[in-house]
Amino acid sequence: MNVIETSGLGKSYGRVAALRDCTLTVPAGRAAALVGPNGAGKSTLKSMLAGLTIPTAGTAAVLGGQPAGSAAALDGTGFVAQDAPVYKSLSCGDMLHLTANLNRRFDHEYAQARLAELGIPLKKKAGKLSGGQQAQLALTLALARRPRLLILDEPLAALDPLARQDFMGTVMTAMADDGVSVLLSSHALAELERVADYFIVLASGEVRLAGDADDLLAGHRMLTGPAAEAGLVASQQSIVQIRRAAAQAHVLVRISGPDEPVPPGWEAHAVGLEELILAYLRAPGGPAQPGPSAALRPEPTEVAR
Amino acid sequence: MTIDKGISATGDGPPTPIEYRLDPASGVPTYLQLVQQVEHALRLGYLKPGDQLPKVRDVVAALAINPNTVLKAYKELETKGLAAGRPGQGTFVQATLTQVALPELTGLRRSLLGWLASAEETGLDEDGIVALFTSVLRDFYDHRGGADHKGGADRHARGEVRADSEGAA
Repeated sequence: MNVIETSGLGKSYGRVAALRDCTLTVPAGRAAALVGPNGAGKSTLKSMLAGLTIPTAGTAAVLGGQPAGSAAALDGTGFVAQDAPVYKSLSCGDMLHLTANLNRRFDHEYAQARLAELGIPLKKKAGKLSGGQQAQLALTLALARRPRLLILDEPLAALDPLARQDFMGTVMTAMADDGVSVLLSSHALAELERVADYFIVLASGEVRLAGDADDLLAGHRMLTGPAAEAGLVASQQSIVQIRRAAAQAHVLVRISGPDEPVPPGWEAHAVGLEELILAYLRAPGGPAQPGPSAALRPEPTEVAR
Repeated sequence: MTIDKGISATGDGPPTPIEYRLDPASGVPTYLQLVQQVEHALRLGYLKPGDQLPKVRDVVAALAINPNTVLKAYKELETKGLAAGRPGQGTFVQATLTQVALPELTGLRRSLLGWLASAEETGLDEDGIVALFTSVLRDFYDHRGGADHKGGADRHARGEVRADSEGAA
C-alpha cells in the first residue's frame, strides 16, 4: 500500500506557484523526510496531504488511495503543525477532552498513559508546560487519534537536544508499535538521517529527488580526478554536480549499479545523504527525479573554487 | 507507568545483555553500527547463543532511530547466521564468533604484547604501530591470494561462524 500518492499535484496563489507538477509515491511503513530550503513548497505539500489546503492542479491521495481531505483520509491522518500549537489557557486534561470531542476516534487511555509516562500533570495549563512538553502534548493528541499517517511540520525546530530526542523517540515508537507511517520536514539533515528512510527533496516548488534512502545512496557516486578531464567524464556520465578546482574535480554522478566502470585515472567514492541532498538542492532547475535510475539529465551545477 | 502493549512485555525473560550506542561521526550507516556492535559483543563474549538482542521498540525509543533500521540490522545478522527471529518474542543469538578457545586467545595476546614492546623499543609510536600492523595484515591476506583476502564478512559466509544449536534453547 502507498501511504502517499500524488499526481501532477500543484498549488498556485494567484500567479505564484507554491508547488508544481508534484508526482510522488511513498510506500506505507516508512518515515519520509521532506527537505528543501524555505519557500520550496514543503508546507504547501504537507498541508494538501493533510486536507487543509485544496490543490489547484493534480490529485493527492493518502492511505491507499483515499483522496486527501475526504472523511476517511482525515480520520486516518494526524497532523502536528509547526511549533506544536496547543490552547495555552486550557489544562492538559481539558485539551484531551476537547480533542476527544472534536474527533470520531480518540484513545483516552493511551493519551492519559502517555502523559503520565512523560510526567505531564493533567491539571497543569498547557501554556505553563516547557516547550518540549508542549510538543509532546500536541504529539500525544495527534497519536491518540490512532492515525495511520502522521504528518509533522518542522517538529524539532523549537526544541532543545533532549526534547528532540524524546520527541522523535515517541514518533519512532509509534512506528514500531503500531506501524504508523510518518512524513516530516526538518532542516536538520544529520538528525533526519537517523529517523528517515525515505527522502523527498523539494526546491523552487518542484521535486528534485525522491526515493528510498538506501537506493539513493546506491544510485550515486562521487568521482574524483584531474580537472582537465572533468568535461570528458561529465559527457560520458549521468551527472548531478561538478565541483572543479584548478587541478582536481569532483563529479557527482548517477549510476545503475556498483559494477559500473570508473573512468581510468579517477577514484570513486560513496556519497553520504547530506552531501547528496545538498548537491540536488544546488543543481539549478533540475527536472523531477522519480528515483536514481531515471535517465534524465538535469543541467549540472558548476561550482568554481 | 508504561504503555507497553503486550508484544513487548518486559517481564518474560532476563534483560538483554547489551545496549547499543550510536556514533554519528563514524560515517558508518546506523544499521551497520548495530551489526558491528553485536559482532563485537559476540567476539568478546558479552553475548552468547540463546541471548536475546535488544527489542526493536526499546532500541527505537532509546536512540530515536527508525525501526526499519533496527529490523535491517537484525535481518543482516540473520543472513550471517548469527541471530534468528522468533515470532512474537524477538531476535535471539544463534551462533558465536569466538573463533578460538580462551587459553589460546590468552597465549596469542601475550605474544602480541611481546611484539608491541619490541616495536616500542625500536622507537615506533602508537600511530606507527597501527600503520605497520594494518599494512602487514593487508599484505598477509593479499598474499594468501584469491578468495582469502576479502575480510570478515566473507570469511563468516564460508563457515567460520559456528552454529551452536545446544545453546539456542
